[in-house]
Amino acid sequence: MPFIPHTDQDIQKMLDVIGVDSIDQLFDEIPSHLRAKVLDKVPNGLSEMEMMRRLSERSQQDAGALCFIGAGAYEHHIPAAVWDVATRGEFMTAYTPYQAEASQGTLQLIYEYQSMMCQLTGLDVSNASLYDGASGLAEATLMAIRANRKSKSRKVLVASSVHPLYQKTVTSIVTNQGIHLENLALDDEALSVDSEALSAHEGQDYAALVIQQPNFYGSLEDVNILTDWAHQHGMLVIAVVNPTALALLSPPSEWGTEGADIAVGDGQPLGLPLASGGPYFGFICCKNKLVRQMPGRIIGRTVDLDGKEGFTLTLQAREQHIRRSKATSNICTNQGLAVTAATIYLTLVGYEGLSRVAQACHENASKLAGKINALDGFKVLGSGLFFHEFVIEVPGTAEAVLAEMANNNVLGGIDLSCFDKGAPNRILACVTEVKTERDLEAYVQSIVHAAQADAVHNKGAA
Amino acid sequence: MSNIPGELKYLSSHEWVRVESDGVTVTVGVTDHAQELLGDVVFVELPEVDADLAAGDEAGVVESVKAASDIFSPIGGVVIAINEDLEDSPELVNSDPYDDGWFFKLKISDADELAALLDAEAYTDICEAEDH
Repeated sequence: MPFIPHTDQDIQKMLDVIGVDSIDQLFDEIPSHLRAKVLDKVPNGLSEMEMMRRLSERSQQDAGALCFIGAGAYEHHIPAAVWDVATRGEFMTAYTPYQAEASQGTLQLIYEYQSMMCQLTGLDVSNASLYDGASGLAEATLMAIRANRKSKSRKVLVASSVHPLYQKTVTSIVTNQGIHLENLALDDEALSVDSEALSAHEGQDYAALVIQQPNFYGSLEDVNILTDWAHQHGMLVIAVVNPTALALLSPPSEWGTEGADIAVGDGQPLGLPLASGGPYFGFICCKNKLVRQMPGRIIGRTVDLDGKEGFTLTLQAREQHIRRSKATSNICTNQGLAVTAATIYLTLVGYEGLSRVAQACHENASKLAGKINALDGFKVLGSGLFFHEFVIEVPGTAEAVLAEMANNNVLGGIDLSCFDKGAPNRILACVTEVKTERDLEAYVQSIVHAAQADAVHNKGAA
Repeated sequence: MSNIPGELKYLSSHEWVRVESDGVTVTVGVTDHAQELLGDVVFVELPEVDADLAAGDEAGVVESVKAASDIFSPIGGVVIAINEDLEDSPELVNSDPYDDGWFFKLKISDADELAALLDAEAYTDICEAEDH
């Protein structure tokens, strides 16, 4: 039996019954200017053999180099047991169970996941996960607009130190709903929000303030001051956080006097490999009073008719199959397999293990920053308060230095100018617990060598 | 047959309206018929006090174990009180829809709008038609 159930004859029969000539004709009511053009950049299909060959060649591009790139995805040690357990037949599904109540094991796992995310963020409720951190922030933005009933505004204030790709994703998703993002200015010396700039936004109505901690530049924001300021001015506070960092930093629930209202982030650091960019998962947690505006699935613990413990999908009146067009979100799934891995990772390392990972990241990053600051011509920018990522000012251009380092098999970070987030001589570098003293020395040698090579090259050109 | 008090006014979307003795304050809730259709009510979202509503505006949501329905303002006015007891005891909507289960009170802006509401007889016809 073929996997595709409809033969050409089947299709023709159906078309005959409804009286149209072709499938294309069914789309006639969509105006032609709105219809997709021919997708000329998408190549033709490949055989399995050709596809495997091409992907294994591509995967070589990511292999072997010493990676100091962070900027939203982080290289951490993943205990071998994580994926051994996650890929067992009992767990191996990418999807939310449709016969939810018949899938008690999956529901229990998601319930444990939600409980762990609540412990990490300090907030009351977590959902079963979202696609990734960036789309999670878009969901949080929409949620805040709905939930902030004191504000009539469809404007959200976003610290300009929030990841530029997150900002771009949110803009793509919310603009057509008439929601606008405005930026809160950056203090270019501290590489964090300019607290002097806050007053410029007073007296305006915003539904929410978005703060990232640690921010895109790796720096720590003064989240207490920002949270209290936002609450005083009628805004909800959306925290974008790194789950590893939460083992060391204050949880969003403790920011300022009242705590952040919603916390989101990308779950990749919790046991997911970099894998050339995905799949990862997003998490979202909130205060109990906002739960009815939460997007996505939520698993609850309950008892059955015999009084035995069981797990169930709960608060479904928020969702599409009940609320239709007024559902809180079109999300009706979760990133099942990624969440399974993260739950196993957190279970294995435990709270103390995660704290030690976070501590080791911070120590390694501080060591490298110290070594770089000691070099002539190089400087670590910012206030000096960072977690595991920081900005380096290099002699010459970041682009040339990074290219030369890559020739030397060291991926030295990202060139901030490619995000339009700084001068062309700034590199954002990240150091996690996987790096050894020898790796840090290799970085230093590589960046010094690269800057010298670039200088010689420029002299030659002049 | 559900209880449809003769002294109240109604909307076809199953809200009831009681005009209080001052003639400018109205109390709004959902009917006995509505609570029967909804089943056990687990949550009620109410408007903000001071919200200025027009007739037909969404004023809240009533959520039961099997459904969620919008509540519409039957008439234009400013919200002067909400039933805070519903936050902890949403089941009042089931047990006492016309009294303890009220939703919100409005100071109405135009008493002429009351004429557009249904009387008990017209509302009874609508419920009966729905039942068939």
